[in-house]
Amino acid sequence: MKRNPKSSLSVEGKPLAAGEGDLGSEVIEEKNRNFKQAHRQWEESFKGTGRKEKRKFTTVSMEEVKPLYTPLDSGEVERIGPKYVDKLGFPGQYPYTRGVHPTMYRGRIWTMRQFSGFATPRETNQRYHYLLKQGQTGLSVAFDLPTLMGYDSDHPRSKGEVGKCGVAVDSLKDMEIIFDGICLDRISTSMTINAPSSILLAMYVVVGEKQGVASEKLTGTLQNDILKEYIAQKEWIYPPEPSMRLITDIMEFCAEHVPKWNTISISGYHIREAGATAAQELAFTLADGFAYVEAGIKAGMEVDTFAPRLSYFFNAHLDLFEEIAKYRAARRIWARHMRERYKAKKEASWLLRFHTQTAGCSMTAQQPENNIVRTAFEALAGVLGGTQSLHTNSMDETLALPSEKAVTIALRSQQIISHEIGAANTIDPLAGSYYLEALTDRLEGQAERYFEEIDKRGGVLRCIEQGYFQREIADSAYRYQREIEKKERIIVGVNDYVIEGEEVEIPLLEIDERVEREQCQALKEVRQSRDNDKVKRTLAELKKAVRGNDNHMPVLLECVRSYATEGEIVEVLKSVFGEYTEPPIF
Amino acid sequence: MQKKFRILLAKPGLDGHDRGIKVVASALRDAGMEVIYTGLRQTPEMIVAASIQEDVDAIGLSILSGAHMTLFPAVLDLLKRKGAGRILVFGGGIIPEKDIEELEAMGVGKLYTPGASTREIIDYLKKTIPGRRKEEKVF
Repeated sequence: MKRNPKSSLSVEGKPLAAGEGDLGSEVIEEKNRNFKQAHRQWEESFKGTGRKEKRKFTTVSMEEVKPLYTPLDSGEVERIGPKYVDKLGFPGQYPYTRGVHPTMYRGRIWTMRQFSGFATPRETNQRYHYLLKQGQTGLSVAFDLPTLMGYDSDHPRSKGEVGKCGVAVDSLKDMEIIFDGICLDRISTSMTINAPSSILLAMYVVVGEKQGVASEKLTGTLQNDILKEYIAQKEWIYPPEPSMRLITDIMEFCAEHVPKWNTISISGYHIREAGATAAQELAFTLADGFAYVEAGIKAGMEVDTFAPRLSYFFNAHLDLFEEIAKYRAARRIWARHMRERYKAKKEASWLLRFHTQTAGCSMTAQQPENNIVRTAFEALAGVLGGTQSLHTNSMDETLALPSEKAVTIALRSQQIISHEIGAANTIDPLAGSYYLEALTDRLEGQAERYFEEIDKRGGVLRCIEQGYFQREIADSAYRYQREIEKKERIIVGVNDYVIEGEEVEIPLLEIDERVEREQCQALKEVRQSRDNDKVKRTLAELKKAVRGNDNHMPVLLECVRSYATEGEIVEVLKSVFGEYTEPPIF
Repeated sequence: MQKKFRILLAKPGLDGHDRGIKVVASALRDAGMEVIYTGLRQTPEMIVAASIQEDVDAIGLSILSGAHMTLFPAVLDLLKRKGAGRILVFGGGIIPEKDIEELEAMGVGKLYTPGASTREIIDYLKKTIPGRRKEEKVF
């Protein structure tokens, strides 16, 4: 048998997908040349990436699984119209509905990245070493509320909050401890920090320096999505306009000095958690994304210099199919808008890469073990939707921060999905499902209508000021709650299948007062041992830089190197930018 | 006719998770109560001052950040010191059972965790507030 290696890629003699031979039908030849061409292109790029997971791609019954299935495989050639290529295309091809990479999980499995951090830097460092030993492949830092809000641990407003819902970071010293024994050139780190994000980025860069890792080699993500803070999560410090300037400074600095860093993780997660529907999460998040693109362009940057480093972060809620459709619609919308509206020319600018976290708000305090099941299904949605990285919640998170046991089960759930159930064997396995494609189209349409509404209201910042997003989300949250209370929607263990007098029997992680005392003591020692004149000098220079239009990152790095604390730096920025408050509406 | 219940709802501390408190605010309003929502990042001092000024029957605090063992007692203490101990303090959030027992022993009213229905909260307030109003008249 003669085989032209160029036109038909094969593994162990079997075609990877419906190959040249299958395409021979005259019907298709006539009907769609584009399909054939796109198909061949995909085959070549699949081979060309050189990425391949070592595992076998077979079913549990040991049957071969191809990387990709198309209407040819289901014998539905009539479904190959021009629409197929326009709306779905092939993995790694515009509009990327079926995935951003030609190989997806056949080339590399998603990054298993558990969001974690609590108590003191030392305790968090130990948890990281534990998670890495358990097979986790990326780090994701959770900071405590004082750190997120720019207060040092010894500030009166920090009382009772230190180390509670994340790790406490006051100065560079704490970041040195958190990453002790972890080589920053070998691990990627995601940091969930927004209002003070440039400070934490600066600390990370300096920790790298001290380990001998150049900033050019650092990989990771800064959440740095301030718009969704005003909309949903509410951890802001400064007003929107100066906050946007800090973000464009980061985009500019990273493009030059930390080129592999994802500068913003445009987040729908918190919008969804606050009560939004899937369509609202999709629309508001992408609208935020477009707002960052416009801010970058307005700041004088070429879209293709920063857009490839924008990434996304979505929620995985309970509705399996709606969630999968949401991710697919998101990729298609982003690609279209980036190429057509913002005229991005680089393919990398069109790709919507995203992290997924299962829905905290879907978990119940009642019968908490059931949360393992909910989380596993939600994680499956993320995988079937083609996520690049994934966090699975721990079953005990409606009660406390996760215990080691609970977080291990959560990580194991991802490993079971990746190794045992076959969901990662083939790319975008649900494409072509009548239901899923209809949902994908519906969500795309709903998002487009929201974009029109947002434009009509004067854009994202105006909508925030008007409380538009906040009201839309609160209305959805109330509607959902009423459905549960009327039993129109059943939540197992909450409004049905209830165990009377249930006793929760899972061990909980406790953060005691010791943490706050220890952290305040450590901070005191830093303030005593550093060169305080140098701190004052660098802070004064920072003030000068932010008053003008200079990029604040280089002088911020100097502040951090001198062990200026986060709280001290934020005070300087507040003195120039002011503080934001929200009108309380419900 | 009984005077409408006046309820002050507040987010103390640094926590910004306001989905729950907004749902509760809407539900209490729909149940015919007067709701004053302070918004985010209120100190115990701000909350107590507002509740006295607004002459409320109860204060509902929502805390999801783990700072409940600091913030609930702080509000209770301040109320007592200002002679407003009659005001009921209740709340909700991510609060372990052990802490709920401890807080209730200190004099905090009912605390609700995820999965609680707004119906339960409304019933609780309807049951508790009239009694406290009577006590107030006696003393």
